[in-house]
Amino acid sequence: MKINIPTPLRAYTGGQQTVTVPGATVGEALEQLTGAHSELRQHLYTGDGKLRSFVNIYLNDDDIRYLPEKDATPTEESDELTIIPSIAGGCLL
Amino acid sequence: MLKLSFADYQALRAHGVETYPHECCGVLLGNAAPDGNRVRKIVRAGNTRTDRAHDRYNIAPEELIRVQRQARGLGFDIVGFYHSHPDHPAQWSKTDFDEAHWVGCSYVITSIEQGKAVITNSFLLTGTSEEDKQFIDEPVEVEVGESGIELQQERGQA
Repeated sequence: MKINIPTPLRAYTGGQQTVTVPGATVGEALEQLTGAHSELRQHLYTGDGKLRSFVNIYLNDDDIRYLPEKDATPTEESDELTIIPSIAGGCLL
Repeated sequence: MLKLSFADYQALRAHGVETYPHECCGVLLGNAAPDGNRVRKIVRAGNTRTDRAHDRYNIAPEELIRVQRQARGLGFDIVGFYHSHPDHPAQWSKTDFDEAHWVGCSYVITSIEQGKAVITNSFLLTGTSEEDKQFIDEPVEVEVGESGIELQQERGQA
């Protein structure tokens, strides 16, 4: 399946916008991704292996945090994963 | 150096005027070059922080994904973001910094004072991780007209 890499993380995928990996579930696909591009792991996960709070990962149009089976959600070859860091801010503390 | 057309420069400032006294936000599409980010198109985004839109902004990830797809279709990348500071300086805040995660992207801020766009500044997020990231002041070059005449904007003089 195809994984879309956002601009700031392409430095860790050799500049690739998309990476194609095998994987029967969301978790397996992400494991393949970080296995092939090990530097990505620290940018996606905290030291204890949790997805960083500002990192959003979507399976097609669904946030994987809110999928009933989360990482264990089955995937098909035609599915797309998109990694998208959050955008927020504001003028006061 | 952030380069953008005069039309895009005006459009992002006008967006801040339209949403005043609330913050506006949007995405800068274009290409990264060795001398900086070049904006080819700006895309307005909705501010999901309706609870305190006067001093916060957030772009829904779903909208970002749509914009990213749009960028890819045009042969562009996301090279930055813009938002406004209603009645506050065009300088990044601690919140802006804490919530900035797109290293290599330009964060453009326009101060809107009493409903008028005043100063537009850009800050490049640099670093390699959350631990060493930093904003650095980034000159903004506004290209005026088709003749290729370029207006070098002095920081804080827009």
